[in-house]
Amino acid sequence: MDALLQFVFSGLTVGAVYALVALGFTIIYNASDVVNFAQGEFVMLGGMITVFTFEAGLPLPLAALAAILLTAALGVALNKLAIEPARGAPVVSLIIITIGASILIRGASQLIFDKQLHRFPAFSGDDPIRVLGATILPQSLWVIVGAVAVFVALWLFFTRTLTGRAVLATANNRTAAQLVGINTAWVMTLSFGLSAAIGALAGVLVTPITLVSYDVGVALALKGFAAAMLGGMGNPKGALVGGLLLGLLEAMTAGYLSSQYKDAVAFLVILGVLFVMPQGIFGHKSTERV
Amino acid sequence: MTRRMKWIQLGVLAALIVLLPLLFPSGYYYRVGALIFVNALSVVGLVILIGYAGQISLGHAGFAGIGAYACALAPEHLGLHPGLAVLLGAGISGVMALLIGRPILRLKGYYLAVATLGFGILVSMVLTNERALTGGPDGMVVADPGLRDLLRDLGLRLSGGELWYGVSGLVLLVGAWIALNLLDSPTGRAMRALHGSEVAAATVGIDVAAQKLRAFVISAVYASVAGSLLALQNQYVTPDVAGFLHSVEMVTMAVLGGVGSVLGATLGAAILTLLPQVLTVFAEYEQLVLGAVMIGVMIFLPQGLLPSIARRLRGTSE
Repeated sequence: MDALLQFVFSGLTVGAVYALVALGFTIIYNASDVVNFAQGEFVMLGGMITVFTFEAGLPLPLAALAAILLTAALGVALNKLAIEPARGAPVVSLIIITIGASILIRGASQLIFDKQLHRFPAFSGDDPIRVLGATILPQSLWVIVGAVAVFVALWLFFTRTLTGRAVLATANNRTAAQLVGINTAWVMTLSFGLSAAIGALAGVLVTPITLVSYDVGVALALKGFAAAMLGGMGNPKGALVGGLLLGLLEAMTAGYLSSQYKDAVAFLVILGVLFVMPQGIFGHKSTERV
Repeated sequence: MTRRMKWIQLGVLAALIVLLPLLFPSGYYYRVGALIFVNALSVVGLVILIGYAGQISLGHAGFAGIGAYACALAPEHLGLHPGLAVLLGAGISGVMALLIGRPILRLKGYYLAVATLGFGILVSMVLTNERALTGGPDGMVVADPGLRDLLRDLGLRLSGGELWYGVSGLVLLVGAWIALNLLDSPTGRAMRALHGSEVAAATVGIDVAAQKLRAFVISAVYASVAGSLLALQNQYVTPDVAGFLHSVEMVTMAVLGGVGSVLGATLGAAILTLLPQVLTVFAEYEQLVLGAVMIGVMIFLPQGLLPSIARRLRGTSE
């Protein structure tokens, strides 16, 4: 029973990271129908930039802020330089562009930073907190609370602010949104910036626990995508629930079956969802207009 | 494409394969040439998947890994001849592609990208983790298929490089011939139709999901055979053959040369195979270059190098 609770804690921690990646996917997907395979690289950059600016002497909060802002700027640049010029291109071309961006960012990070594993100190120390016979790291609480806070903030943004509603309108129907005077190009920029910032935040929060190196992005992108599909593609609530669920499934697999093959869970979840319920938990059955 | 165009393309390819060795200053270039042909073979498979049917796989190296390890494992554990192991690997890859593709290909384009990405990672994970069977990350030795001895007994003395240059070139020609035949067959037309518009294709009675699945399975078999050839000529395999980076390399080669063109695919494979041979510092920059090529080509030359050049030569725009 103690072991089970322990697995639940670690599952919720990684699950919160997957949820943040999935939320990032969801924002861009909703605004533009682009599935951004570079989403995992944003997480990597958040961790890496914090590590190197922190080691250069910046205080940790400032280093984290710098990482989030720089990554957000890179997200905007990705949209301006690679996605916008290819507007209207087929899905396959957009996939190739974003996977190209992912490899490009990886290659550049390998050159600019290095190939080592890195970490920086946890925000509130490394003394585990005892809960009902199991333990949880204070940093895990940061990650989980961070994911929930981002979700709530996004929900308020999308339902209570004019800009958020403009994003939703663009997601719903780009042409109609343009006709009522919404600057859809700005909405795209905003979505990429926001999504990159959320990814970077995930990287900042989780690096003290899982460490970071230049090549962690692809696996994170895959898992974030699995989480988004599990919850229902394009649905923020689905992203949160899907992420936590995937994290729990992974932790249980690692705990009770095989830690070597815990990474296979994401792939099996993708296949399982596609076999049984392609629209995910919260998704609607989609129909295509011709 | 007319029947004549098909034979012109095959003729060009065959002439290149036969005549290039005249320019080779040393035996080493046979090895490089063989590597180009092997890469080109898997890229021709991607031409069928991406260029004809408009689907994309980010885990094709997984199939290459299956083909490669079939050649390494089957002769040792099943006592199978390496030649038959190639077929076994191709069979397993085809069946895997069928199983994965069937649920996925009913859905939109990016689902296949994600699922194949996961599949590729899974295959390289298994190859790395099952040390007892595969030797783990260090890889394992592949038995010599005895082709050279056979040819020597027949009176033909070839170096290892020459032999595999010939074999890979021949297999590439056959692969290109099949791909070009497919292009104008009813199946190829159906694939290209659904590439244009799935809805339109469905309304004229094309089974969209079945055609996509067919393209996926065929391209998986191409990648598997290419992986087998690679294992046989290196006489060694490591899990890298199934790695994510290898999948990305394949897609980049296809995109660079021209994803709808068999000759273009060969050109793309040649360029990206030669780069690391010419530039020794390339290894450091490989990911950077691959990423930049993918983005750049998609934005500036969406058709790829060869079709763009061909159009310029003809002096027509679009």
